[in-house]
Amino acid sequence: MRNDETNSQGTGEPGSTLLGAPSRRGPMNVFPAWKYTLIALVCALGLIYAAPNVFQPDAAVQVRALDGDSAVGAADRAQITSALAQADIDVIGLEDDGNSLIVRLAQEGAQLSARELIAETVNADSVDYVVALAQAPTTPQWLQDLGGKPMSLGLDLFGGAHFLLQVNMEDYIAGVVDNSAEGMRDTLIDGRIRFLPSRNWIDGQTISIGFRDDETREEAKTALVDYQDFLVQEREVAGDFILRFTLTEDKIRALEDRAISQNLTSLRNRVNELGVSEPQVQRLGRSRIVVDLPGIQDSARAKEILNKFANLEFRLEALPRARKSQIETYEYEGRMQDIMRRNIVTGNNVQDAQQSYDPETSQPQVSIELDNEGGRKMHASTKDNIGRSMAILFIEQKPRVRQLVRDGETIEEYYTVEERRLISVATIQAALGFSFRITGLGLREAQDLALLLRAGALAAPMYIVEERTVGAQLGDENIRRGWQSVAIGFALVLAFMIFYYRGFGLAANVALTANLTLLVAIMSILGATLTLPGIAGIVLTVGMAVDANVLIFSRIREELKNHPPQMAIQAGFDRALLTITDANVTTFFVAIILLSIGSGPVRGFAVTLAVGIVTSMFTAILVTRALVNLIYGGRKLESIKI
Amino acid sequence: MSDSQARTFQIDFMGKRLIAMVLSAIVLAAALGSLALQGLNLGLDFTGGSLVEVKLAEKVDPQTVRGYLVEAGFTNGTVQTFGSDEDLLIRVPPQEELGIAGQVGLGDEIFVALATQYPGIVLQQSNYVGPAVGDELAEDGGLALLTALLVVMLYILFRFTKQFSVGAVVALAHDVIIVLGCFSIFGWTFDLTVLAALLAVIGYSLNDTIVVSDRIRENFRRARRGSPVEIINEALNQTLGRTLVTSLTTLFVLLALLFAGGEVIRGFATALSIGVVIGTYSSIYVAANVLLVMNISREDLLVPEPEQDGNEDGSFP
Repeated sequence: MRNDETNSQGTGEPGSTLLGAPSRRGPMNVFPAWKYTLIALVCALGLIYAAPNVFQPDAAVQVRALDGDSAVGAADRAQITSALAQADIDVIGLEDDGNSLIVRLAQEGAQLSARELIAETVNADSVDYVVALAQAPTTPQWLQDLGGKPMSLGLDLFGGAHFLLQVNMEDYIAGVVDNSAEGMRDTLIDGRIRFLPSRNWIDGQTISIGFRDDETREEAKTALVDYQDFLVQEREVAGDFILRFTLTEDKIRALEDRAISQNLTSLRNRVNELGVSEPQVQRLGRSRIVVDLPGIQDSARAKEILNKFANLEFRLEALPRARKSQIETYEYEGRMQDIMRRNIVTGNNVQDAQQSYDPETSQPQVSIELDNEGGRKMHASTKDNIGRSMAILFIEQKPRVRQLVRDGETIEEYYTVEERRLISVATIQAALGFSFRITGLGLREAQDLALLLRAGALAAPMYIVEERTVGAQLGDENIRRGWQSVAIGFALVLAFMIFYYRGFGLAANVALTANLTLLVAIMSILGATLTLPGIAGIVLTVGMAVDANVLIFSRIREELKNHPPQMAIQAGFDRALLTITDANVTTFFVAIILLSIGSGPVRGFAVTLAVGIVTSMFTAILVTRALVNLIYGGRKLESIKI
Repeated sequence: MSDSQARTFQIDFMGKRLIAMVLSAIVLAAALGSLALQGLNLGLDFTGGSLVEVKLAEKVDPQTVRGYLVEAGFTNGTVQTFGSDEDLLIRVPPQEELGIAGQVGLGDEIFVALATQYPGIVLQQSNYVGPAVGDELAEDGGLALLTALLVVMLYILFRFTKQFSVGAVVALAHDVIIVLGCFSIFGWTFDLTVLAALLAVIGYSLNDTIVVSDRIRENFRRARRGSPVEIINEALNQTLGRTLVTSLTTLFVLLALLFAGGEVIRGFATALSIGVVIGTYSSIYVAANVLLVMNISREDLLVPEPEQDGNEDGSFP
């Protein structure tokens, strides 16, 4: 029994069913017509979706409204056209896709000056538009209608800056606990609920308040019902009735999510003003944010904007009768100024902020517009305090790192240093409302403050933990070299296959070309970003993809010793299939592991490797087979050269 | 060349397996020794710090540039040429005393300092990696390597037998250690792209090992006589043609990358080229050797496996 089994395998199990009786099954190695059609169709689709990558994009300038929604007005459009015409910059196209205007330029060299010019034209009075360098695709309309689009280029190929920001969650959480404790104390005092005197309410992420009896505690619990971020527990310790507010892991996560999403919004607003056509701001993991700025010209400026954490607080001047605990003292113009600890409004209530110049003194100033709540508070506080001074406190947080030795291991600890200074102390002349101006800043400070207030405050401080900047020139060089090595490698492999396998080599070469086309097509459809390691992945795929064909062909050669040609071809393909599958599945696993664990360059490589395995299996098994069938199938063959 | 007789090999691979074992052992010992004593020349990705690449208008001496940098207050940087004499790479280790903002701006400051000396200078790239990120990247990389090995081991255990599984993983570890050893001995920079290459080496070498294993299994099942050494020898000879052709085409494209791909991709291409050569050797000598050491026999492989027997469903396409 066992012998029979091994024996039948030895002569080829399929031989007895398929190979042994070709005459009854019709001609050998012929596909039904639908199979050829399907394979041809897939290859044709591949060609269509790979095609957009061949068209070189035009150098262009993108103009879009700062608020993101409104279109570029007809008047501004006309101004742009005439300004460019005056400067002798040739425009080959003007397209409006509803929320941005793309100005295509005839010469790439004119891109920078065109951008300058357009920015000066449309932002002459106030900053309304973002003017960015862009690459406008030149994909023909019919390809676009089919959904064809080129792969986008990674920062290493296009030039640009990549930043990884760490959000300082510990500080943020500690701040939330601190503020909440302050707020609770105020609420209890306002509600005349008596709590036991205690020096320290806060222990880590827990706030504990003691009361004399259960009734008071119940009252307090009702009064403090708004503090939903905390888990509320009741305890009795040494006769005291304690109310414990604890931040649980769930609550902390919710707080973190909120902080990150506010930071993301603020960062998006900030980078929007940097003049980059397609900025990417995304959360990464629990407490990190990735910012990609393709094609950015001034990465030092970008860093400054990302790293800045600045805010304003408006406070009243301290009156002589104020208690010591209510006041803070700052130096202002060489003297010490006492101001109230409590603020009226903060930068968080700012709706819009613009840097401009004081018409009388020509000094830089920031015009500020408050939101509803801020305007109401400002009005209420100032109308009763006419004649008193109001101070504006500028708060800036600067990230720092220090080394600590903990458990014998040196670790890095990030912390934030806060710098506070008074930028203005002025007498309130009349009740203030929604809009007013701030003077007393340098030009750069005024610009930055306006931008930061406009973008919205960051909920939690952040610092840059990784930066990668690639110059445009290196990007161009990387692309050129990458494609050059693809071309050389590809040509070498094609030549070798023809030399070594003759007719079958030709079939393998067509399959390899189809493989490359399909790989590019799938990457384009997936919207994958092409990077230099990605190109390396393509090159490697080209080298390794022939493996499946080599396996099939060597098997056919072996089978030729014992079988007539048609049977050998059939058996060669069938036998090699299992080996090819096993080998590719395991390599695919490796690609997936790379994709899930790796970062940056590793991922770029992994994507092409994974897609390449799928396409090479398709082309090596199906496309090669179809070609071999077309060439050799269904004929009477005395011998084949392989 | 196109005569099928010309490629029937009759090489007694397993007859020389002891020599191969000793050779592998020596090379492995050298690699491990260098890794232990000298370690790897870790790139910026793993150490953290700042790196600036600039292109100058004319040829310069790195020492002169270093002199300017020291004058400008950057005392602990290294300057080296990168690819051509006009391209310079300046690397500065992490500097805690500067604080985050200071360190992030270091690359810009260095560029500005050089721009005053060399007007035609172009900033090619500027990278900063924080120390914490560097550690994480190293940890993730190690994790990826180990996970890859584990998954491969399980898959082969499922598809073949434990002898093949151990053989494949020993062969992969052998390849990875030797490639790492080369990077350690020659002091080449080990960065993220080299790590990616190392994982690709695993993928590639595995491909080879599985093709060979597949044939060994098939021959064991088919042959009614012959010692394991003879059977394995026959399988190795049958697959030798394919092994060499595939390694050759892969080496073609890797050499194209190595010589035309530019500096950024050089480490990647070097690691893979070494890996392909070592991987070809290991699929012949290491994986098959482990099978013999673990006393593989026909009985181990005669368990009916539907995938193998069912060539009816193998009539695809």
